[in-house]
Amino acid sequence: MSPLRRFLRTPEAIAGAVILTALAAVALAAPLFFPSDPQAIAGPALLSPFQDWSLPLGTDRLGRDVLAELFHGARTSLAVGLAAAATALAVGAVIGTLAGFAGGLVDEVLMRITDAFQTVPAFLLALAFVSIVGPSLGVVVAAIALGAWTGPARVARAEVLSIRERDFVAGARVIGMHPLEIALREVLPNALPPVLALSSVIVAAAILTEAALSFLGLGDPNRVTWGGMIAEGRAVLRTAPFLSIVPGIALVLTVLGVYLAGEGVVETAAVRKSLS
Amino acid sequence: MTSPLLAVSGLTKRYSSGGKIIAAADDVSFHIEHGETLALAGPSGSGKSTIARLILRLIEADAGRIEFEGSDFLSLNGAALRDRRAHLQMVFQDPLAALNPRATVARVLDDPLRIHHIASRAERPRRIVALLERVGLSAGLAGRAIHEISGGQRQRVAIARAIATKPSLVVLDEAVSALDVSVRAQILRLLLDLQREERIAYLFISHDLGVVRAIAHRIAILDGGRIAESGDARTVIDAPQSAIGKALVAAAPKLSRIERDAS
Ligand SMILES: Nc1ncnc2c1ncn2[C@@H]1O[C@H](COP(=O)(O)OP(=O)(O)O)[C@@H](O)[C@H]1O
Ligand SMILES: [Mg+2]
Repeated sequence: MSPLRRFLRTPEAIAGAVILTALAAVALAAPLFFPSDPQAIAGPALLSPFQDWSLPLGTDRLGRDVLAELFHGARTSLAVGLAAAATALAVGAVIGTLAGFAGGLVDEVLMRITDAFQTVPAFLLALAFVSIVGPSLGVVVAAIALGAWTGPARVARAEVLSIRERDFVAGARVIGMHPLEIALREVLPNALPPVLALSSVIVAAAILTEAALSFLGLGDPNRVTWGGMIAEGRAVLRTAPFLSIVPGIALVLTVLGVYLAGEGVVETAAVRKSLS
Repeated sequence: MTSPLLAVSGLTKRYSSGGKIIAAADDVSFHIEHGETLALAGPSGSGKSTIARLILRLIEADAGRIEFEGSDFLSLNGAALRDRRAHLQMVFQDPLAALNPRATVARVLDDPLRIHHIASRAERPRRIVALLERVGLSAGLAGRAIHEISGGQRQRVAIARAIATKPSLVVLDEAVSALDVSVRAQILRLLLDLQREERIAYLFISHDLGVVRAIAHRIAILDGGRIAESGDARTVIDAPQSAIGKALVAAAPKLSRIERDAS
């Protein structure tokens, strides 16, 4: 059976895949359906949903199109979540590989740094970083990655400790390969599977952190974000609760979709491993 | 008198396991001449692989000297050690474990050519084809992944990789032990051809005295990290003096057949 078909056999995985596909479609289609600036005023303020079919989800306090904001917010959420997770996984995998492969003092120093990062709550780290450097898309991505790379680093290091004893690493030394090349080109790719298994949890956490930062007004001010929409809606929570509820649901669905699909992938990989 | 290609003296490596200290290599001395095959035989756990790894600097010795190509091999480090490795290669027992499972055949052979600046990037594909043909493989194998080819083909690839840098000594640690009998005979013939044509010396590690008798000039028999006896391969195998030598000969099933072939 192909991995894809095995993946699609679990209902959770299907649900996750459907949600993620829809989300990706929404994110990609945003500039097509809503080519104008989603932060521009589109109609009367505080229009309820399903009243005017040119503004299906109504408008917010300033008269901005909620559906357009939702679509463009999906872009930000996904882009930041994926970029932050990719950064965290790459940095973590490299640091963990170097620590595990070099051993000795290098290992000691790198793992103490990892410990230090791990003792500070990830969200505080992100908050502090954005407050100091200032909010922009790149800074938010870096801030989230800053609190997320330690898990991948530990997993990579543990994997490398066993891989470095294998004969093909000895074989690479015998042909005179530089230790750095052995670590990054021979060992690291073989240590990746368990590291990548962390990606769904990290992407989900990154999306939530991004939303939390935006909620606190520390997101990129030039972009619509779901966290920012929730914060906006808070001022009129009694009279227009949908302004907070709609992006809130989008956020929950996204995190759920990422998590379910990720579990499906891990499950599929685990089945394949036990079969081989 | 020229010095031998490899001269090992007093080589010692101790491991502590469970509070006890065992000497995996205990004051081991031997030498190998240019173009010669020295067999290192001995029961499992007698220290054969330890000695191979010490010679290749995959592990560091507690005591002893290794002279290779007339200079002190143990004093080399960093780039100087990596450069000299071109002349001292190794083939492992299990080629699937000894080659990166994610690599293609072409990449496995490209690495030594690139690292030791043996051929330019443009020239390397032709060199890889030549290496494959040298070990009796078709050029079409270059694009295949290591896990897609047979065990015998893999060991040929490992040999091609080892000879890519024109080494003067190749250490073969049980390099034919995992292969079926017919494939083993082909690989042994390949090794003999390569030795005759390129004057490569081998340190041939094996517990199979039948194979040793067919390929080695001299033999050293190990027991508990020490050399129990050594000498001309046929002389020692035909009339072992040490207890361990006698036990190994008695345990070798194919030996009687090979002896009959020889007489
Ligand atoms: N890394 C190690 N740590 C502890 N003991 C080891 C290690 N490597 C080898 N030994 C011990 O050294 C002895 C020789 O092992 P080895 O050289 O692998 O023998 P052989 O290759 O002849 O079977 C064995 O008793 C083995 O248990
Ligand atoms: Mg061994």
